[in-house]
Amino acid sequence: MNDQSMKAAMERGDGPMLAADGTPLKKSLARALRMQKIRALLLVAPLLIFVLLTFLAPIADMLFRSVENQIVSETLPGTTATLDDWEAGEGLPPEPVWRAFYFDLFLAAEAKEHTRLGSRLNYEFTGMSSLFRGAGRGIDDIGEDQAAAIIELDPRWEEGGFWHDLMSGTGDADVRFLDARRDRLERLTGDRYDGDIGFSPGAAVVDLLPLTARAYTDWALYTVLADGDAVIEVTPWEAVPVALFLDLRAADAAAVSGYDGPGRGDLFVAMLAARSSDPIDFRQSFIDLDEDFAIPTIWETIQTYSNRFTPGYFLNAVDLQLTPDGVSARDAGQRIYIVLFQRTMFMSLLITFSCILLGYPVAWILANLPMRVANMLMILVLLPFWTSLLVRTSAWKVMLQQQGVINDTLVWLGLVDDAARLVMINNQFGTIVAMTHILLPFMILPLYSVMQTIPPSYVRAAKSLGATNMTAFWRVYFPQSVPGIGAGSILVFILAIGYYITPEIVGGTKGVFISNRIAYHISASLNWGLGAALGTILLAAVLILYWAYDKVVGIDNVKLGG
Amino acid sequence: MTSAQTDDAFVEFDRVQKSYDGETLVVKDLNLTLPKGEFLTMLGPSGSGKTTCLMMLAGFETATHGDIRLGGKPINNIPPHKRGIGMVFQNYALFPHMTVAENLSFPLEVRKIGKDEREEKVQRALDMVQMGQFGGRRPAQLSGGQQQRIALARALVFEPELVLMDEPLGALDKQLREHMQFEITNLAHDLGLTTVYVTHDQTEALTMSDRVAVFDDGRIQQIAPPDTLYEEPGNSFVAQFIGENNTLEGVVTNMGADSCEVKLDSGDVIDAKPVNVSKAGERTRVSIRPERVEFNRDRLLSDAHTLKAHVKEFIYMGDIFRFRLSVAGNEDFIVKTRNAPDAVRLKAGQEIEIGWLAQDCRALDA
Repeated sequence: MNDQSMKAAMERGDGPMLAADGTPLKKSLARALRMQKIRALLLVAPLLIFVLLTFLAPIADMLFRSVENQIVSETLPGTTATLDDWEAGEGLPPEPVWRAFYFDLFLAAEAKEHTRLGSRLNYEFTGMSSLFRGAGRGIDDIGEDQAAAIIELDPRWEEGGFWHDLMSGTGDADVRFLDARRDRLERLTGDRYDGDIGFSPGAAVVDLLPLTARAYTDWALYTVLADGDAVIEVTPWEAVPVALFLDLRAADAAAVSGYDGPGRGDLFVAMLAARSSDPIDFRQSFIDLDEDFAIPTIWETIQTYSNRFTPGYFLNAVDLQLTPDGVSARDAGQRIYIVLFQRTMFMSLLITFSCILLGYPVAWILANLPMRVANMLMILVLLPFWTSLLVRTSAWKVMLQQQGVINDTLVWLGLVDDAARLVMINNQFGTIVAMTHILLPFMILPLYSVMQTIPPSYVRAAKSLGATNMTAFWRVYFPQSVPGIGAGSILVFILAIGYYITPEIVGGTKGVFISNRIAYHISASLNWGLGAALGTILLAAVLILYWAYDKVVGIDNVKLGG
Repeated sequence: MTSAQTDDAFVEFDRVQKSYDGETLVVKDLNLTLPKGEFLTMLGPSGSGKTTCLMMLAGFETATHGDIRLGGKPINNIPPHKRGIGMVFQNYALFPHMTVAENLSFPLEVRKIGKDEREEKVQRALDMVQMGQFGGRRPAQLSGGQQQRIALARALVFEPELVLMDEPLGALDKQLREHMQFEITNLAHDLGLTTVYVTHDQTEALTMSDRVAVFDDGRIQQIAPPDTLYEEPGNSFVAQFIGENNTLEGVVTNMGADSCEVKLDSGDVIDAKPVNVSKAGERTRVSIRPERVEFNRDRLLSDAHTLKAHVKEFIYMGDIFRFRLSVAGNEDFIVKTRNAPDAVRLKAGQEIEIGWLAQDCRALDA
């Protein structure tokens, strides 16, 4: 392209704009700016990484916990699988569910994971926690007679080495089976189950005695990798002979007699003994252990919460519950969160409003004083920031309580009868007073910095045009200070809605916020899922309010200064 | 009091003093009378008290002592919004959250004027400043000159008898400023406004005003029409402050009726017109405008005294020539000539003789 045609093209505006050396202008501009961008990124990177790792990642993790529900399916995988075939409302589940439950719970109890599951399910149905704890203690006794029928045939059933040989069998080892059991234990306990355990189940044994192979492999993995014992030196736990009993009763007699691995004679004898014994009634055994197992709701709850993810925490957070019939309202006595959310909103609005009322005149006087005096007074406004939040809140406790400074003064002045001292703390009043005081600087600072940018000539102009002081203020000054009110209100409201310490100390029961409930679930009840759901709702509420504010007021109208 | 009398003294400052800190006076003994319909400019360096005077008149400052009267009535105790004075502020002070029309409507609304009349008046005021189409805009969407016009229209829309302007053109560029000077003056004369205008720009003051009050050190140094002010400055501050000026210092030696001889410190003798000197032997500072200096001997009186001058610099400025001379110890003596076909272009280094008519050289206070 010669200069003439290039110039013509540029004038027509149809070709890309070219730089002096012929490269497209956009490209050379991007190249020129790239270094700047990289440098900016490098400068921001340390803080960005810090925030990502220490702030955003934990928040994301917490939010994930509000829907995460893997503990049921990972602790009771067999139970939840067999429960799929059972319809709630049909009374108690069939025997296979109970049997799967036995093996799941046995392993969980040995790994001491059953109490965690109990706590989790207790959020949904009260009593589950103690039920699981009790079952964990008594589960060893289930099927003990039937197991004994085999073990007492020969002392060798008590020897670790005999079991090891029996389960290893001859021929190929089933490695995939072993790995599957490793995964199962890893999911159950959250620990790693890697490494050689000096045992691998024989493929033929897995075929012949599937339950026994599973129970024995689980035991072997746990014994070697968690307890540090050798397989051949320890007698397997009770679930293994129980599994063998079930396997031998269910197995094809020809297959057992045709089996040619180690201990085949003992197996055959044991089969005969097992088949002549009474079968194990798992349902009855569990009900004997704790009659609460006969409550169908227990099983409905396990079935309802067998999914890996659940809306249960969120429903709980808005006073609903998940039942086999779908979503329903909680009992009137258990509905607390909607009220708490409403109260949090209402009180935060009230606090914001009192901050505007108290802060506006102060900011105005600060903005209209000479710089030197204003700076000195500004220090007074900022002074509370230099005192611990806890100290300030405790000071309010001293002021407001019934034997406190204010009440004493009022009684001394005779304005209040000694018997009828004002209740100003451990209620909403206390929370509003203390939080207004604590959040006031967040209102004054943006108001002040906006008011500083309003030249006095506007009000003068209004007055010279005939406006009275009031008119000049409301029609000219106030509208221009609205961006400061907006900034201060957003700041105060968002801080207030998530406030924790002050309501905790001065709020009593009537003046606490939703954040206090979240803290309770995080640190006391340890129901992190519900805490996370409440937190997520709070976060969403703030974002929605922010969005609505942007729509109504316009975030461009918010000024923090200049 | 008859109406003729109040028309002659529509605005009156009577021995007004103002102090902010109780120790120094910002305005010292100000006396000023302003007839109806006059355009008066208060001119002075910053800190001379001119803006304080304006603010006292508007009611934003109170006089420490003395009376300010408007239409014969003292207004010291009348709050600004009841004075009915239109005011144009330095940065226009257009309300940013209102449209142009709302800005203009504001003074009418607070006066409880009906909607129809209000709209009519707003439109008339906008048309008056050629901004009829801009009623719906916000001030921020207007250029500086347009904002200036709106500010003017707003100050006039409620038909005040007195309009105050506080350096209204300070924020505009030179060309726009000159244009607006012209427009404001025309408007003021057409509407018969009584105007008090504050500026530190002497060109503005000279071109726009009926009279100019030159302020310095809290006092009016001279109050006079522009031509008088320029050609007959009353003291050396005014001479120095208004326009370009050459000064020479010396002692009066020979006192005549309307001319005197001054012996300069360099020993030379010149002719001057006595203004602030009364007798021989007084020290004086003589003032002469650059364009009144003559270096063509033929155009001077035959008995006029002349001075030797050394040309230091020739500056070509298009319409005029400027010469910097060294005269009687003054290294910055300026002479201006018009770029006429026969004008002489002196060169640096030339030695010439200069002189002037006695009435152009004013012997002022030392």
